[in-house]
Amino acid sequence: MRMKAEPATRVFNLVGYALLIVISLLCLIPFWLIVAGSFTDELEIVSDGFKLFPVTVSFEAYKSVFQTPEQIIRAYGVTIGVTAVGSALGLLLTSMAGYVLSRKDFTYRNPLSFFIYFTTLFSGGLIPWYIMMTKHLGLKDSYWAMILPPLISAWNIILMKNFMKSIPDSIVESAKIDGAGDFRIYRQLILPLSTPGLATIGLFLALGYWNDWFNANVFITDDGKYPLQFLLYKILSSAAVLQTDNGAYLAANIVPPTETLKMAVAVVATGPIILLYPFVQRYFVKGLTIGAVKG
Amino acid sequence: MTGKHGLMRELSRNKTMFLMIAPTLIFFIVFSYVPMVGIYYAFTKFDFEGGLFGSEFIGFENFRFLFESGLLWNLTKNTVLYNLAFLIIGNVMQLVCAIFLSQLPGKLFKKSAQSVMFLPYFLSWVLVGAFVFNLFSDLGVVNTVLKQLGMQPYDFYIQTAPWKYIIVFFSVWKGLGYGTVIYLAAIMSISDELYEAARIDGANIFQQIRRITLPLLKPTFILLILFSLGGILKGQFDLFYQIIGSNGMLYDATDIIDTYVFRSLTVNFDIGMGTAAGLYQSFFGFILIMSVNTIIKKTREDYALF
Repeated sequence: MRMKAEPATRVFNLVGYALLIVISLLCLIPFWLIVAGSFTDELEIVSDGFKLFPVTVSFEAYKSVFQTPEQIIRAYGVTIGVTAVGSALGLLLTSMAGYVLSRKDFTYRNPLSFFIYFTTLFSGGLIPWYIMMTKHLGLKDSYWAMILPPLISAWNIILMKNFMKSIPDSIVESAKIDGAGDFRIYRQLILPLSTPGLATIGLFLALGYWNDWFNANVFITDDGKYPLQFLLYKILSSAAVLQTDNGAYLAANIVPPTETLKMAVAVVATGPIILLYPFVQRYFVKGLTIGAVKG
Repeated sequence: MTGKHGLMRELSRNKTMFLMIAPTLIFFIVFSYVPMVGIYYAFTKFDFEGGLFGSEFIGFENFRFLFESGLLWNLTKNTVLYNLAFLIIGNVMQLVCAIFLSQLPGKLFKKSAQSVMFLPYFLSWVLVGAFVFNLFSDLGVVNTVLKQLGMQPYDFYIQTAPWKYIIVFFSVWKGLGYGTVIYLAAIMSISDELYEAARIDGANIFQQIRRITLPLLKPTFILLILFSLGGILKGQFDLFYQIIGSNGMLYDATDIIDTYVFRSLTVNFDIGMGTAAGLYQSFFGFILIMSVNTIIKKTREDYALF
């Protein structure tokens, strides 16, 4: 049963479609620019600059990246390792803390919640934290310097706690009557019932690790330990040009790709996120709507 | 029974529970609570030999310098004004998008639009830096277009004016999908019957939005704004650092507390001054969020943070 649209609705729809199309384009154009830039001939960029629609298409930048791929592969390895270890460990600790704080029969639930929550209200700031990490824990140039900082966040614990609170108390109670220990209740009952929450927080953690460049920026000086995003940052800011085989280009009298190379590395570093995006998006949407209910 | 006795009994009775939360507590003690001791740096003339308590104590000298040099005022002004712009423009855009997404016909279109709008949230700020480079560097797309139109190229790296808009644009751009999802969830919780009744009474879509959607979203809107106001002194370091980087020409218009503290640590090695600026931010941030929470508690207790 479809009613004929009245004039007001037609105006509304028109404005709505126009606005959403413009916004969608604004969200997509930067990607197009990067991809287009990465496939442009270096000479064209040097003489004309980046274009919306490049004239001479070239694969030189990608050839250059994949001819000497060690650095990129190494950075991929660091990022994947840090993301895997950090997300798994973070998820374990967050879910355990969330479980303990969600148990209504746990006496110190409220003071401990506040103890954790307070860290979001007040902090010593970046510098005392940095000195703690480097001077007292000696984490400079350690992989742990990238794993530890995003590992546990008060927000994730609160989200987890709220998620587990929605599981009926009767489940915990009957398990206790049956003689199950606290950890067993967590592992065999609460965890399986919390899979949507675990998926959301796990993905949030993984995304945070994958996109992290800040911790590498302050703690990592050894370029063999650069994660992907930080390598991209370095290449973009020209501080560390990718170790490519420039000699071959000079010998052949061709301009070696530099500007296009930056774009190609950006594509290579972002590709996996774009490819995974359609599959993981709904978990984020779900997680956000859970978290939006109440903190 | 003394409190201590009670705690010990609790500990032994709930040993597993305490063990499960212990790593988290240790984490926050080591990375959040112990570093608070380092606030003391703010009151010293830091020297690398002396360390924490070997440095000369100078009281509020660092704060006085920050205040009297006008630096603190400029940093605070930039931080607060940028955050206000992010907050207001961001929330209004998110609200508008959510309303359209909830009311427009065409499921496939809406789904695609929402997916596309949410995409920037998933990208690293480094990639945003790549966009900015591609668009605004002297070889950037904007200058290419200007040249094609026969106009003079524009040197973005020495002009402060455009960056204010570029920064606000990318902040709104990156957070749009995220906020839209939250508002959309709030809209979806509005009962369909209300709209049904309004339609029967002859209300058109604009009237429905004005009389039903907006009033019912007002609490969510105000709440989100209030919470953000509590964090208004916290700057988005990633955003500013990836877009502006270390271009000193632009600091007047783009330096926020967080970028200043970062530079104190990594470029100027002015530990005392940087810690002082950080403490100023943390302290007033704390007062702000406490005030916001008190206000929320007085009006809508169930939404208070604690």
